Amino acid sequence: MGIRFILMVNKQGQTRLAQYYEWLTLEERRALEGEIVRKCLARTEQQCSFVEHRNYKIVYRRYASLFFLVGVDNDENELAILEFIHLLVETMDRHFGNVCELDIMFHLEKAHFMLEEMVMNGCVVETSKSNILAPIQLMDKTS
Amino acid sequence: MASPSLMDTLFQRTLDDIIKGLRHQQAGESAFISKVVEEIRREIKSTDLHTKSIALQKLTYINSIHFIDMSWAAFHAIECISSPNFSHKKVGYLAISMSFNESTSVILLITNQLRKDLKSNNEFEVSLALDCLSRIGTADLCRDLTPEVFTLLSSSKVFVRKKAIGVVLRVFGKYPDAVRVCFKRLVECLDGTDPQIVSAVVGVFLLKIFAKLAPLEPRLAKRVVEPICDHMRRTGAKSLMFECIRTVVTSFTDYESAVKLSVAKIRDFLVDDDPNLKYLGLHALSIIAPNHLWAVLENKEVVIKSLSDDDPNVKLESLRLVAAMVSESNVVEICRVLVNYSLKSDPEFCNEILGSILSKCCQNVYEIIVDFDWYVSLLGEMSRIPHCQKGEEIENQLIDIGMRVKDVRPELVRVGRDLLIDPALLGNSFLHRILSAAAWVCGEYVEFSTKPVELVEALLQPRTSLLPPSIRTVYIQSAFKILIFCLHSYLLQRENIADDMASEMLGLKSQGECSGSSALVTGKAPACQEQDEGFNPRDSNKSYEDLSIINEGDVSALLEKGFTHESIVNLLNLIELALGPLSGSPDVEVQERSKNVLGFVDLIKQEISNGFVSERASKIIDMVHDAFTEELGPVSVNAQEKVPIPDGLMLKENLADLDAICGNVQLPSSISFSMGSPFGESVGASVSIPQSKEESEPSSESTSLLAEHRKRHGLYYLPSEKNETLANDYPPANDPKSSDNTNDDAQDLVKLTDKSLLPKRRSNHAKPRPVVVKLDEGDVAPIIAKKSATRDDLLSDAVRDILLGNVAKTASSQSIISDKSSSKRKGKEKLNVDLPESREILGVEKPDLGNPSSRRSKHRSHGKEKSRKSPEKKNSDEIGDGEKESRRVDIAIVGIKQNKELKGP
Repeated sequence: MGIRFILMVNKQGQTRLAQYYEWLTLEERRALEGEIVRKCLARTEQQCSFVEHRNYKIVYRRYASLFFLVGVDNDENELAILEFIHLLVETMDRHFGNVCELDIMFHLEKAHFMLEEMVMNGCVVETSKSNILAPIQLMDKTS
Repeated sequence: MASPSLMDTLFQRTLDDIIKGLRHQQAGESAFISKVVEEIRREIKSTDLHTKSIALQKLTYINSIHFIDMSWAAFHAIECISSPNFSHKKVGYLAISMSFNESTSVILLITNQLRKDLKSNNEFEVSLALDCLSRIGTADLCRDLTPEVFTLLSSSKVFVRKKAIGVVLRVFGKYPDAVRVCFKRLVECLDGTDPQIVSAVVGVFLLKIFAKLAPLEPRLAKRVVEPICDHMRRTGAKSLMFECIRTVVTSFTDYESAVKLSVAKIRDFLVDDDPNLKYLGLHALSIIAPNHLWAVLENKEVVIKSLSDDDPNVKLESLRLVAAMVSESNVVEICRVLVNYSLKSDPEFCNEILGSILSKCCQNVYEIIVDFDWYVSLLGEMSRIPHCQKGEEIENQLIDIGMRVKDVRPELVRVGRDLLIDPALLGNSFLHRILSAAAWVCGEYVEFSTKPVELVEALLQPRTSLLPPSIRTVYIQSAFKILIFCLHSYLLQRENIADDMASEMLGLKSQGECSGSSALVTGKAPACQEQDEGFNPRDSNKSYEDLSIINEGDVSALLEKGFTHESIVNLLNLIELALGPLSGSPDVEVQERSKNVLGFVDLIKQEISNGFVSERASKIIDMVHDAFTEELGPVSVNAQEKVPIPDGLMLKENLADLDAICGNVQLPSSISFSMGSPFGESVGASVSIPQSKEESEPSSESTSLLAEHRKRHGLYYLPSEKNETLANDYPPANDPKSSDNTNDDAQDLVKLTDKSLLPKRRSNHAKPRPVVVKLDEGDVAPIIAKKSATRDDLLSDAVRDILLGNVAKTASSQSIISDKSSSKRKGKEKLNVDLPESREILGVEKPDLGNPSSRRSKHRSHGKEKSRKSPEKKNSDEIGDGEKESRRVDIAIVGIKQNKELKGP
């Protein structure tokens, strides 16, 4: 298992999306998110995008006001995760058109579905944007 | 709670409403949320599935963003997934995968629904069920649903097949037996020509699998290394490059050319402006460092430059690398550089640096240190770094080096003196531990000091009141030792001047004489005397020899220092003045020690008045001095364990009431070697004290109370003494009862410790590097190997079984294969037993019936044929498999390449 969790957090430190691939209790999650967000938001642009935290490695990237934080195992390929984040943003951008924080807030479910298409059991399984979006578009059409 | 009404259904708020509502609530967010949860609790009971699913959707949202518990809604989520409507199902599955875990009680209720959805004709329903299984699959679920997932692995729909592979990984993790059933099918899937399945990430995954398998199967590595190197040369995608580098440095470190290539690529990373690449380059170097140190040395400049990087992560990585580079030849230079960096760094990183210097240098009993004088003065310098918080570590090393390395003691005393006389250091509480070590060193090795009186002044300076009591006691004891040394030197000096009696004095120190003189005192303090003999963990013969050597060497040196009668009297006055107030200290230990010293000073003052030293005084001084000059050696950590527990000692007795008695007395934490000489010191003190106390000062009420208390609770004091005798310098209680018991096993301890120490003592002194006393065993505390998680073992065992069966067929593989097939059969039988619906298993076992699985059945029968083949044919099979294997790698890497050209940020 490579990816342990995916977080989207805005500049104010509010969580906008949280997806865990291992079970943590609410309290553990609250503590973990608090620590990580504090650590990552304090970093500058010139510093590298990887932070070691507890037994995770956090790979993060900032797009406008939103931070994408991915917690991975220590032997995960950090650069591949950065590419994964970029792909995720591109995919959402294609679906929502100029994706912004509000899109994710109001369509959290869709964001979860995209993630489900892309990540299975902590492994990235799909990297083609059209493949990721196909089921969602189909659902949009039928409903 | 009211049952959901029509109104609720009609006017139910949607998720959008809630989100908007939350956005408008600036202050009372939690009140709003609890109101919403109330609504949800009502709505979710609705019989209308639409209302229920919207309520569940809202709850899921609030749960994931605002940490509201939703475990109570588990059953409602199950109701939603059983709905025929896809959007309800969707909401239900999302809720389940967000909130279920191993301990959810209703989790087994979803088994049947999952099975139904897995077999559904709607591929999206199948995918929902697969997603859910991959998130929450427990061992039970995985076991029960393995056949369905197995069938899906050969689904005609790529979309489904791909997801099924993802789920299989989870199933393997949870239910290793499934490997025996599914692995072949999985390999066929990966082997398939469909590029979508063998996508980029599966490729990286494959690389990882190869990295893990490489140690098991060397032939595999040979085949894989070349393609990996090719891609490293050609690819422009950094992430693929990094994965290749990582694979090589973790698993293929034996392949010289591959390692060279990856080190060259790492260098590109290191000089890149992108901090990410720099960090990863350093990281890769630190992986390779243990095996190929040259790679780090080649990039020395970059690594050291990174120590001053902006990014704390980069700094830490480079610090690790710098520590890895340290060796016997460069330790001096590197430590100099590091200390300079630490002066410039923020407190946190400064201590990281100091910590890594300390731990590197003390590795394997100071293996890399040649010049101990340098190291000791470095320790002194590190203590003065403003941010230094490594007091405990430095303390341990100062004392440890003092005991192990004889030649460094003069320098050690000099460093200790510099630390002690600086009044500014006393104000920094992080340094107190170091000062305690310095005080101990100066007291113990005072014979190397040039100005003992100056040391006493430093030890008794007014600012020592800033020290905690436990360290003050060390100060007092050290001052006492130095005083004894001064008095003793004074006596020798006098005798030398008076007439040439020095030789006689030395003769007096032969053992017979000494024990004779001890016997004089024995009458007065029998208990202490016995302890002296019994507990002394050192070889007395040896130390007497040492003593005379030291004396011969030092006497002449000291004569020049010249103690006059006045200087001695001044010294005594100084001690009396400084310790006087302490005799009323609330801390028992400080009080007792200062009283002991004061009593002794008082006695001596009476005896040496008018420039005349009485026979009695010189005898007392001699004896105390003998006790102090005994050589201290390191004591094995395991020594204590070797002492048999004497009869009548109840170690397991409940000591709760002891806590009540001395609740606020903190026992010193035990350290790995014996600090100070509890026996030497305390004996010295107690030999002299009974007399002096009787004569000079009537014992005060508090001390007599204390003595009484100790007598009454002798039993309680005994065990604590026995356990801690080696580890702290708490003086043994002056109690005859306890010494009776301790005598026998203490004798054993002497033998035991001697055994471990003696051979080292005789080691060659002519070496350029000073002798470092090492114990045969027990220098390192025994580490209990922790057993790693069993699930991974199970899984890797299962994979290994199959791979060894599949890939690495050996000449004698007939038995393995039959084993394998039997185990395969066993697995199936197990499934048969476990699963209630045997019809489905028939479907699995006779795949010819189902149309989509015809391809699979062909492969299957092929496999069976293979295993029936004769051993001669096996060789060609093996090659075939191997080729397949490497082809797979090629595909995988091409896959990565295709999908990864998307350039990283």
